[in-house]
Amino acid sequence: MIAIKNINKSFGERQVVKNVSFEFTQGKTNLIIGESGCGKTTILKMMVGLHELNSGEILYDGQNFPLLNSDGKQEIRKKIGMLFQGGALFDSQTLEENVNFPLDMFTDLTKAEKLDRVNFCLQRVQLEGKNKLYPAELSGGMKKRAALARAIANNPKYLFCDEPNSGLDPKTSIIIDTLIKDITEEYNITTIIITHDMNSVMEIGENIMFVFKGENWWAGDKTKILNTDNKELFDFVFASEFMKTFFKK
Amino acid sequence: MNPFFHIGRYFMLLFKVFKKPQNFRVYVRQIIFEIDSIGITSLPIVAIISIFMGGIITIQAAYAIDSPLVPLYVVGFTTRESMILEFSSTILCLILAGKVGSNIASEIGAMRITEQIDALEIMGINSASYLIFPKVAGAIIIFPCLVILSMFLGLVGGFIMGVSSGACTAYEYVFGIQAYFMPWKVGFSIAKCITFAFIITSVSSYYGYYTSGGALEVGRSSTNAVVYSSILILLFSLIYTKLFIG
Ligand SMILES: Nc1ncnc2c1ncn2[C@@H]1O[C@H](COP(=O)(O)OP(=O)(O)OP(=O)(O)O)[C@@H](O)[C@H]1O
Ligand SMILES: [Mg+2]
Repeated sequence: MIAIKNINKSFGERQVVKNVSFEFTQGKTNLIIGESGCGKTTILKMMVGLHELNSGEILYDGQNFPLLNSDGKQEIRKKIGMLFQGGALFDSQTLEENVNFPLDMFTDLTKAEKLDRVNFCLQRVQLEGKNKLYPAELSGGMKKRAALARAIANNPKYLFCDEPNSGLDPKTSIIIDTLIKDITEEYNITTIIITHDMNSVMEIGENIMFVFKGENWWAGDKTKILNTDNKELFDFVFASEFMKTFFKK
Repeated sequence: MNPFFHIGRYFMLLFKVFKKPQNFRVYVRQIIFEIDSIGITSLPIVAIISIFMGGIITIQAAYAIDSPLVPLYVVGFTTRESMILEFSSTILCLILAGKVGSNIASEIGAMRITEQIDALEIMGINSASYLIFPKVAGAIIIFPCLVILSMFLGLVGGFIMGVSSGACTAYEYVFGIQAYFMPWKVGFSIAKCITFAFIITSVSSYYGYYTSGGALEVGRSSTNAVVYSSILILLFSLIYTKLFIG
């Protein structure tokens, strides 16, 4: 379980994250939703220590992450798998080497075992047989999926996904969402997913935080989200005509 | 920005770079890779420049010594001294600063802006050490080899030009390059080039590592890397020369 308590962040004068608190449950898919630029990625990056926070606490199973020394942080980070919004695959390495990378660094598996694991992960994101391609040779959606394969390669305890299915067609989107949900339950991972895709929300939204202008504006699950009377959330959810016609009471 | 800010941040980065490696096997593999990418790919430019410079120094020496009182073997002697003392270490490293330095800064800078360095950090990897240490180590291993090769090829270039242009005979040249030879000067040159290898790789990595922004800033980092490593190379060359020779 990961809990954040009253975290704040400013870039210069502008406060981007305001006093956000939330609990991310283990074994469930926790969603952070909100419109573009509201501070979702910033919250995620603060949680893994890529942005310093101005104040607040980030508790990984009770340990206050920002206060740990660099060795302590590294220990927790070895248990984190993260999918960046831009993929962040290593350009100089093939797909296989990318996925193999965390295994190479942190496990004592044999070559064959590592290759098995790599192929297994690639197959789960439907990239089997693409081992020898370089990131530059992949499409945008394939990069996303490859990055997800790398994030789950070393069986993370905490999984962070920044828009795992932006740039994917609806069918592949659902496959990726289901994959994340499945491994979350299978390995009892604490998974946090950023998305602004309502499809995903309805598919896997078990524990949702809606961020509005840097604040935790609303929290709940997918059944509550459709009946909300929170104006900002309502506007966000029912922004499209489709949602309006099909779900509005 | 304030130079003390950069100096402080540079040394703090070095402190991170020289922490204990997390996985020895991977580091060894990376070092070998860097030896290839920094050293072996520089062979053609090192060879071409050294041969030409050797030839040019020989012709200029022969031209300058145009006096019946000075024996012609001095041409070979001058070529050897210039190559060993200054050209094969300092000038060659200046050229490598252009090639290797800009390469390193843009590689690491691109990794920074596309969040690849963040990805390393998140995996629990000491990104500074993982990315920079193999480059520094690889350069320190391979630069002395390049320098020795450059000395040799410079003398060969001098021989070809000197003899073919009639500046001196083959015998005089060969006699000249052996005359009054002091081995410590080669050691001096190698010590210099190891220092320069460290400067080029660490300074360029520094500028790459602290790139922020987009592609434009990567270009700027790469320029800074070359400019500042060149200045530092000249500064340290002066210090070495003052300490050991003048
Ligand atoms: N490194 C930075 N320096 C300054 N401002 C930043 C930085 N990173 C983000 N911001 C600002 O913080 C705000 C929130 O950005 P963030 O990336 O968290 O948005 P987001 O919710 O992830 O949006 P999206 O859905 O479009 O990815 C934005 O207004 C952005 O301009
Ligand atoms: Mg974002």
